[in-house]
Formats: sequence, C-alpha cells, structure tokens
Amino acid sequence: MIFVTIGCQEPFERLISAMDEIAPAIKIPIVCQTFPGGKPIKNMQVLGFIPAQEFNSYLRDSDLIVAHAGMGTIISSLVLQRQIVVLPRLKKYGETRNDHQLATAIKMEELKLVHVAYNEVELKSKILEALQKHKELDCKIGTIASQSLLYSMKEFIEMQ
Amino acid sequence: MLRLSQGCQSENKTIMKIIAIASAGGHWIQLLRLMPAFDGHEVIFMSTNPSFKDTISDHEFLCVPDGNRWNKFKLILLALNIGRKVIRIKPDIIITTGAAPGLFAIVFGKLIGSKTLWLDSIANVEKVSLSGKIAVFFADKVHTQWKSLANSKITYAGNVLS
Repeated sequence: MIFVTIGCQEPFERLISAMDEIAPAIKIPIVCQTFPGGKPIKNMQVLGFIPAQEFNSYLRDSDLIVAHAGMGTIISSLVLQRQIVVLPRLKKYGETRNDHQLATAIKMEELKLVHVAYNEVELKSKILEALQKHKELDCKIGTIASQSLLYSMKEFIEMQ
Repeated sequence: MLRLSQGCQSENKTIMKIIAIASAGGHWIQLLRLMPAFDGHEVIFMSTNPSFKDTISDHEFLCVPDGNRWNKFKLILLALNIGRKVIRIKPDIIITTGAAPGLFAIVFGKLIGSKTLWLDSIANVEKVSLSGKIAVFFADKVHTQWKSLANSKITYAGNVLS
C-alpha cells in the first residue's frame, strides 16, 4: 500500500491530482489523506483529517509514503523506516508562503534520507524507483534528538 | 520548588515545571524528540491538535488555538489563550520548537520570569524563521539546527535527527 499525505495545514491539489492520474500505472493500492473539496478522486482510497494515532498506523502499514516535503511527515516516515517520496510545495503555485519545502527537500535528499520529485512529472519514476529499493532505509534515524542537543537542553533546564 | 533526593544520585535535583509547546505538524514531531531532556521534571505539553493528547498520555496536555501572522484576529485569540495559560501555570521553563503559539508562550513567559528556549525548526535550512528572529529579543536561548545558520545570538547545539 502507498500512503499519500499532505500534512495538516493546507490542501495540495497538485500532488493529489498527479497521484490520482498515475495510480492505475502503479498497480498497488493507494490510500490518500487529503482535505475535502478538491477534484473528485477516482483511483485512490480517500481519508479526511484523521487523529494522530490512526495516521501513524497508516504510515506503519505502508510500503511507501508519498507526501509534501513537510518535516513532520519526513521524520515520522524515517523513524518507521519507510521510504518516502516528497513533492515540495511551491510558492509560485500558491501552495505555501515561501519555498522552504524546496530547501528542505534538497537538503534531505543530500543526506540521502528522502527521494525528491521536483515536479509532478517526476513522481511516477521516483515512486517506482523507491518501491524497488528494499523496505529498510540505508540511513536509519532513531526516535530521539541528537545527544548533543539533548545534553544542551538538559543543561538549560537544570542549570540554576 | 520541590527538592527531591534521587535515590541513586548523591545530589538533590530540583523538579522543574516545564511547558513544552509546538504547533501541529513538524514542529510537534520535533518537540517530542526532545523528551529525554525533560526526564524527571513536570511537563505540560501544548499544541493545536487535540488528538495529540493520546500520543503523550503520561503527561498533561492542553490544546491551544492555531494562528499565524496572516490572520491577525486568530493571532490575537491565540495570544490571549496562551497568555492565560502561561500566567495560570507559572512554569519555570518554556521550551518550544515553534511556531506562533511557542513565540507567544515565550513572550508571556518572559513577563513572569520563566526561563525560555526557542529551537528553530530543522525545516529552516537556509535561514532562521521570522519567529525565531523575533524570539531572540525575548528568549534566554535560541537554537538553530544548522551549524551554518548560527551567529552571535543564535546558537547551534545539534539537531533533532539521531
């Protein structure tokens, strides 16, 4: 199952439409978490806004996650050791207020943590590429922050 | 403040009352990754999604309204809501990973003498967020998660990825 998510803040029609179009060619079930009110979706199972625990279950049960380039989704996917393909929201399409998602995607790709489709045309090939890779990532991340940051926080909290 | 002697440690440790606050989404996910630093202290979590209560059931959770700088009315409601909570709770420490709710918590915390820390989101890879830059004027500490963005006022101490 591929789980598509667009985060909890704004719609992301460009990703949803593109995924609906390529879904028949992907040939595995796709579950899509999106905002209501967009174009009718024909080829994917649709979820509206779901509680956090249910959201995590879908991430866990998926073979691949396709998402906007939000850090929350990226980190959650990596912790569960799921491959993730991101399509960054872009300011020029009114999908976000600045291009920080593009910068995030570039950096995360550099760190080999995500696959990036820089436009919707690249989505299908990136998805197929990610599906072919082993389910486990080469680069795993743990469940907590780096030791240096945690130590710094603890020192800040406990310093009298 | 309560002083407890920790059975296996030789020194007494003061239990701090911490407000840990973040907007839903990436900010919240990053906040949760800081939890080991809060061990042994009283933590009250705050965020904008009520369903998060189920993900941190060992701690108190308070829901706050969402708001950002593009909706002034919602921002005012958010400020009032956060202000009331901070003044009522009187935390020793406020830790936030952003965004607007965290900034208001820091401002009100400063007014009542709390120690405050802003951790700028790891998503801000090219520059520190506007809220982070504003936090510099109020918070005791402002961290960026990218070494290249550190300066005399914004420090780098690591990031939320391990």
